[in-house]
Amino acid sequence: MTVAKERSAGSNQPAPASAAPSALNFECETGNYHTFCPISCVAWLYQKIEDSFFLVIGTKTCGYFLQNAMGVMIFAEPRYAMAELEEGDISAKLNDYEELKRLCLDIKRSRNPSVIVWIGTCTTEIIKMDMEGIAPKLEAEIGIPIVVARANGLDYAFTQGEDTVLAAMAMRCPTEPKKITAAPEQSVDRGSFQKLFSLGRKEEAKAEAPIATTTDSEYKDHPPLILFGSLPDSVVTQLNLELKRQGIKVSGWLPSQHYTDLPVVQEGYYAAGINPFLSRTATAMMRRRKCKLIGAPFPIGPDGTRAWVEKICKVFDIEPQGLDEREAQIWAGLEDYLKLVRGKSVFFMGDNLLEVSLARFLIRCGMTCPEIGIPYMDKRYQGAELKLLEQTCNEMGVPLPRIIEKPDNYNQIQRIYELNPDLVITGMAHANPLEARGISTKWSVEFTFAQLHGFANARDILELVTRPLRRNAALDGLGWDKLVKEEVKA
Amino acid sequence: MKLAYWMYAGPAHIGTLRVASSFKNVHAIMHAPLGDDYFNVMRSMLSRERDFTPVTTSVVDRNVLARGSQEKVVDNITRKDGEEHPDLIMLTPTCTSSILQEDLNNFVERAQMDAQADVMLADVNHYRYNELEAADRTLAQVVRYYIQKARKNGDLNTEKTEKPSVNIIGISTLGFHNNHDCTELKRLMADLGIEVNIVMPDGAEVGEIKNMSRAWFNLVPYRELGMQAAKYLEEEFGTPCVDITPMGIVETARCIRAIQRVLNDNGHAANFEEYIDNQTRHVSQAAWFSRSIDCQNLTGKRAVVFGDNTHAAAITKVLAREMGIKVVMAGTYCKYDQEWFRNEVSEYCDEVLVSEDNAEIANAIARLEPAAIFGTQMERHVGKRLDIPCGVIAAPIHIQNFPVGYRPYVGYEGANQLVDLIYNSFTLGMEDHLLEIFGGHDTKEVITKEMATESDLTWSKDGRTELQRVPGFVRGKVKRNTEKYARSQGLDTITAEVMYAAKEAVGA
Repeated sequence: MTVAKERSAGSNQPAPASAAPSALNFECETGNYHTFCPISCVAWLYQKIEDSFFLVIGTKTCGYFLQNAMGVMIFAEPRYAMAELEEGDISAKLNDYEELKRLCLDIKRSRNPSVIVWIGTCTTEIIKMDMEGIAPKLEAEIGIPIVVARANGLDYAFTQGEDTVLAAMAMRCPTEPKKITAAPEQSVDRGSFQKLFSLGRKEEAKAEAPIATTTDSEYKDHPPLILFGSLPDSVVTQLNLELKRQGIKVSGWLPSQHYTDLPVVQEGYYAAGINPFLSRTATAMMRRRKCKLIGAPFPIGPDGTRAWVEKICKVFDIEPQGLDEREAQIWAGLEDYLKLVRGKSVFFMGDNLLEVSLARFLIRCGMTCPEIGIPYMDKRYQGAELKLLEQTCNEMGVPLPRIIEKPDNYNQIQRIYELNPDLVITGMAHANPLEARGISTKWSVEFTFAQLHGFANARDILELVTRPLRRNAALDGLGWDKLVKEEVKA
Repeated sequence: MKLAYWMYAGPAHIGTLRVASSFKNVHAIMHAPLGDDYFNVMRSMLSRERDFTPVTTSVVDRNVLARGSQEKVVDNITRKDGEEHPDLIMLTPTCTSSILQEDLNNFVERAQMDAQADVMLADVNHYRYNELEAADRTLAQVVRYYIQKARKNGDLNTEKTEKPSVNIIGISTLGFHNNHDCTELKRLMADLGIEVNIVMPDGAEVGEIKNMSRAWFNLVPYRELGMQAAKYLEEEFGTPCVDITPMGIVETARCIRAIQRVLNDNGHAANFEEYIDNQTRHVSQAAWFSRSIDCQNLTGKRAVVFGDNTHAAAITKVLAREMGIKVVMAGTYCKYDQEWFRNEVSEYCDEVLVSEDNAEIANAIARLEPAAIFGTQMERHVGKRLDIPCGVIAAPIHIQNFPVGYRPYVGYEGANQLVDLIYNSFTLGMEDHLLEIFGGHDTKEVITKEMATESDLTWSKDGRTELQRVPGFVRGKVKRNTEKYARSQGLDTITAEVMYAAKEAVGA
């Protein structure tokens, strides 16, 4: 096997099945920390999968969260709703099957979606509602596929909600291509909701369809490749094109823009994830769908994107063309931002599981990072990313960050006071109080919704990262950096 | 199970936390899974709080479920006790803890053995109470706890203050314009020569509760928060309660007169009539504004009001009594207290709607076609879709309800603000006349704006042209009425003739 041109440090050695990089220091604080509930994935998934309906089976607590904290307000009748559990449901006086049937028939009548995704919550876990048992029966009875995802806060954090949905949906990918029949067009009106509420994502023309069907001579001969992870359609196109430059054809994405267009997955297909929080989906693709998982760093930042493309090329035994030039070109274009971040320090409190990838990119940009808090660390699925982080630190000559799983926010804030970092990337609960104490912050949730992936979007990441620094530079000299009275430290 | 798209009142723990985190130096521990502490986000982001929200989640995960929560909860209480030295730590149950059926009372007792702070379990069942009821209960619980504690310790102070004094009860964090209302109420009390004994709970210390009994009376401006606490104080100390919301000129005067009666009953010869008259006619702009020539055009305009009890009732009265606007429907989402609402508003509106279902309210608005809506953020969205202006008058709160400038809803300045809000919500003045005379200048395509689009009718070309000539701001109404007429006549095409027939028949 010919090994493609690689960086001298060998970033693309196949990730070992287990062993995490040795020099990195992992701790688990098992503290009290704030992050969003995993049901938040509904906010972006219902927009991504345009013929879907998401039914969150939970309590007022869940509904009020989506409405107020996530700000998923109702501008038009949305394609998600709450099945609000009431006392009768909890005490099992009511029959779950009948109740869910009533609600799903209501949804079928009013929205007629191609799929109903049931989002289980902490409450359905604790009362042990048999969602997986009920769904197939109800599906057969009402004639709409029902996908069950347990996106509960007992087991998962924030973005992992998407992981639970995609892992469940992976099981629904067909094994054979659809026969071309004159299938009636879905009656769901598509597209109107995205315009109303886009969470900062820019929608673009449908891009997936042609890729799966054309047999083009521009593509090299390689086994089918499935990519998983929910991205705005324009970013999907960008990554498809990036791989196309190397002659690699993406057979399909999980999720697709429409549930009815889920990609064909057969044993022996290759699969690669584009986000660090998709470890269950990776497992489902590997173990249940018998795909071969490509373990690569994630395509975030020019360095990550290059490593990701390179790794996929390597697996398909394709020599990457022009990647060096492409990466160098992107870096050169970032110089105006890089000047602002070089030598500055960034502290991740931990929220959306993108922390390691972002830290790796920012260190490559010339920053230092004392601590990466992260709600959950899958050292195997993130193995290649962790390796790249370590390598980046070595090459840039900066200390390795501490990686703290399930951090304790109170302890972290004490460490922030001590370290006085130039930037703290944090959840929304802590941003304003830290700003009031003169510490610059950026909300981690913005990175969840921004377009991060691929070469072209590296600018967007730095635009976000440098915004507080630029804002502060603009306000510098006013002497207003601390906006609370001195606190008596205990 | 209930299919829900929108919630007017939040879950119980939000109410409890609003009360707990309003106090100074009180910390709440939530017994909840990851992510249930989004109250912290709401407080930090919506009201732009500078301080860390004093709420910590004792995270319930699989391990905790398997082992039981006691150890962890007790550890977290004692840990917070050492870290922040709060006066009170309030253990807040959640929907999760309600169904886990753990003995949280026992946890509290255990933690109390080690903690310096008082430790209390908020007595709120998630499945029985909503945010508003839970807040009211929690505040009463805290007040009762500290009164009883003071009584036991013998440091309860029941001697009334020398000068007339008031406890303002019900001002809380994340309340609808509460911070500005509180400032306005303090100003009003100062004008009346009344000392503010304690504002409860916002900014209060639990240690001050034992002095609540010193006030001459309690003022509860919001029906939703503070009534239970005030009732308890009345039972314990005979402290009279004034629960008239001073919103609008008439109700503000009524509230001041009720205060005057209380003071008179206590042997204080106060007479505020001159003050009321001067404020109403000369200082405040609201009464004059309603009288001014511009506002003549408001007469008979139709409005729909929807909100919590306090705001919906008060705004209904202001519209009907002070501005001559016809309230075709007044509604509340406070189902648990609907009788009060019906009593308050029924003489000022055509119909009353009590509902928590946003679709029911939206449909009622679509049916009634008011000229303006005064509602919550939800009705604002409904208004956008129907092209009916909406002034936001009640929670659920939104970042827009925390304006940086001074925007109270109560008292005389609040009356000014209300008048502005109401006036600006209508298309008025010369603009209105010119549109009527010249038929508008709007040549946009007709947009259907029913909540549910029914397309069983077709418009002929001349019908459409005729419809285009109707001024934009009444076009939707004309279109709907014409279609209604056409359906009643069994017609499926609407021509210009049908349109004029409809106009003659139904006055479209």
